[in-house]
Amino acid sequence: MSFFQVLTIIIPSTLLTAAPLIFTSLGGVFSERSGVVNIGLEGLMWVGAFTGAVATLFLEHAGVGAASPWIAILIAAAAGGIFSLIHAVVSISFHADQTVSGVALNFLATGLTIYLVKMIYNGQGQTPYIANNIDKTTIPVLGHIPFIGPIFFQQVTYTSYIAILFAFICWYILFKTTFGLRLRAVGEHPEAADTLGISVIKLRYIGVMISGVLGGIGGAVYLVTITSNFNISTIAGQGFLALAAMIFGKWHPIGAMLGSLFFGFAQALSITSQQIPYLDRLPSVVLMIAPYVLTLIVLTGFVGKAEPPKADGVPYFKGQR
Amino acid sequence: MAYAIEMKHIRKAFPGIVANDNITLQVKEGEIHALFGENGAGKSTLMNILFGLYQPDEGEIYVHGEKVKITDPNDANRLGIGMVHQHFMLVDKFTVAENIILGKEPSHLGRLNMAKAVKIARDLSDKYGLDIDPLKKVEDISVGMQQRVEILKTLYRGSNILIFDEPTAVLTPIEIKELIQIMKRLVSEGKSIILITHKLKEIFEACDSVTVIRRGKVIDSMAIADTNPDDLANMMVGRKVNTQINNTAYEPKGKVLDIRDLTVLDSRRVKVVNHLSLSVHGGEILGIAGVDGNGQEELVEAIAGLRKASSGTIEINGQDMTNHKGRKITENGFGYIPEDRQKDGLVLDFTVGENLALQTYYRKPFASSGILHPKVFTQQAKQLIEEFDVRTPSERTLARSLSGGNQQKVIVAREVSRSPQLLVAAQPTRGLDIGAIEFIHGKLLEEKQMGKAVLLVSFELDEVLHLSDRIAVINEGRIIDIVNPKETNENELGLLMAGHKKEAHQA
Ligand SMILES: Nc1ncnc2c1ncn2[C@@H]1O[C@H](COP(=O)(O)OP(=O)(O)OP(=O)(O)O)[C@@H](O)[C@H]1O
Ligand SMILES: [Mg+2]
Repeated sequence: MSFFQVLTIIIPSTLLTAAPLIFTSLGGVFSERSGVVNIGLEGLMWVGAFTGAVATLFLEHAGVGAASPWIAILIAAAAGGIFSLIHAVVSISFHADQTVSGVALNFLATGLTIYLVKMIYNGQGQTPYIANNIDKTTIPVLGHIPFIGPIFFQQVTYTSYIAILFAFICWYILFKTTFGLRLRAVGEHPEAADTLGISVIKLRYIGVMISGVLGGIGGAVYLVTITSNFNISTIAGQGFLALAAMIFGKWHPIGAMLGSLFFGFAQALSITSQQIPYLDRLPSVVLMIAPYVLTLIVLTGFVGKAEPPKADGVPYFKGQR
Repeated sequence: MAYAIEMKHIRKAFPGIVANDNITLQVKEGEIHALFGENGAGKSTLMNILFGLYQPDEGEIYVHGEKVKITDPNDANRLGIGMVHQHFMLVDKFTVAENIILGKEPSHLGRLNMAKAVKIARDLSDKYGLDIDPLKKVEDISVGMQQRVEILKTLYRGSNILIFDEPTAVLTPIEIKELIQIMKRLVSEGKSIILITHKLKEIFEACDSVTVIRRGKVIDSMAIADTNPDDLANMMVGRKVNTQINNTAYEPKGKVLDIRDLTVLDSRRVKVVNHLSLSVHGGEILGIAGVDGNGQEELVEAIAGLRKASSGTIEINGQDMTNHKGRKITENGFGYIPEDRQKDGLVLDFTVGENLALQTYYRKPFASSGILHPKVFTQQAKQLIEEFDVRTPSERTLARSLSGGNQQKVIVAREVSRSPQLLVAAQPTRGLDIGAIEFIHGKLLEEKQMGKAVLLVSFELDEVLHLSDRIAVINEGRIIDIVNPKETNENELGLLMAGHKKEAHQA
């Protein structure tokens, strides 16, 4: 097998697995840039995946057909946004410890989604498989460019490109708009923002809710492009990988995207290893833990000093000096 | 005469303390009005009320004769009130221009117009003669420039009433002169200014009238022409203060601190302390005079073990302490009053009592077998609070909620009470009121008389001249001369500090 062929296997697979991570880690960037630590990304992905499955199934049943997963993603975005409100209220309005609140969000998501699955599907532990997932296709025109086409634009889903596009949109919003400047100010020095008449509370709510929306999208995309049904092991740590990608990317949207692509690559290695010379001789266990080991190594050794926004994780009390 | 600001019968209580008790303040249009009072008297609180950060429990506020309610800084901005805070309100990671326009950004459909922001910053800076670099990040500029950015922020918002909360505490003498010029220019353009400062010299140089407050109450208010420095000082403290320092006899003993050929790099790896040698004896106060940024900060941090020495040795009490751990150095008889009290001196979210025991908590009688004894903490805290006159509701109050000056007193109490062989005091009286300064000067002299060595770093030339037995002048990381304070004056020191060694001697 030529190196070219290896690339045509690994790169599309990387793009596929990276997409949910990109969405979710971008969500993390918004929340933490506003000063609210969000380790509830995992829970938000659970909610997104669950909603994605149930909504797709419902829409299919209603005869919507191929558009079902796309509409389901939008519904999941709304669900994630609403679910993240819990984190916002608890940690912003009630000044609770943000890490604890995030952990609680994760537990709540796990329990709630599995409970609802059992309730909706007569006690079963998982949802049925959706019939209309978002399939791998060849992108028109681009897919036929020699060399580049087969590597980057064949056997791919549109969601990957939307995710990458989102990264650039998020960068634009954070660094080129008034809203972005204020959001970052609130995450760096809330007292200063307050003295300038910027509402710390409002911007932090918005930051957290954007993370909810993007986390919901991330979970749903994972479901409709990769797993096709929802059960207790569907998400299994994807949200934490997204969190790691965000830190890896130093709280920068483009960085988070690159981090997500890297972790996507690590996962792609283990998924496609059977088709790749040399790798297929490694025990499968090694490849399965590879993404996590790579994550650890990268986060401890190679990122350099990852400096979070200054007020990240610090509740804001008005009138405290 | 019209008043720009009238605050009438303002009352504000915090848990355990009434910070403002029936305060009335009247500021005329076009004047610089000084607010003068001890540490913890309630000056910042009153100004935070005027700026909408705190809500008063009682009282009324009039702006240009009209009764107003100021519930948040937005209201204050709308009424043309701007504030330069005691602890700067700047986003370190943002550029100067971004900080200036934040909250009132030039934009089109939500898109920031940074080119315009930079132009706004430049134009304002030109108009008011406030030198800044709009594209630099705030974390990379000097304290003086940060302050100019704060002023520009308020001017950009069109403020015509400016509040300066202790703006000069962190400035060098030259920067202070510039600031006073700036304030005078602003007033000549019709703006009104409230200035909080502890320095009488500044009040008499810059202000038109003054209101004195003590323990939350107004003592008096008058035109500057009708008073004099001594009266004002006595009025503020409520007793006679001695602003003249009388140094005691100089009987030096053996070397306590011996620095040889020390080189220290700063964070950009520039040699800021450059093959410096210096020694301090028991029974003497050695003052270091120098322009800010000539290596004094790094020198002190190297002695304290907070910054690595890249070559050379530091001996304390005859033992090599170069690059040792903080605690080891401390236990070898070292006391340290750091320049940045909030960063290096206190744990702001610990209580006053805990902060007072930070150097000793792990030892008997504060702890045994790893278990702390809170009673001992309380006992020691009560005694130190009393002895050092720390104004705090109790020893259980968080250090964060103390006034700036009282935070400083907590550090001084902790370090001086251990009576270390070597005491390094960096800007020990920064932000303190006259009474507290007198007290701390007394403590430093006491230590010296007990045969301890004191290294004093200060930008207050007065302080250095009157307290020191010898003055070492630092310039570009070297000691360029050591002079006898009795045989020198501010002018000669100024020349030396600027690096003019020869000329100074001939003069
Ligand atoms: N947010 C707060 N919570 C609790 N106590 C406070 C708070 N703000 C101020 N205080 C208390 O109110 C009193 C007045 O404080 P304030 O900061 O107004 O003093 P100040 O006159 O500005 O002193 P300094 O010259 O030292 O800055 C102090 O005893 C302080 O401890
Ligand atoms: Mg104050």
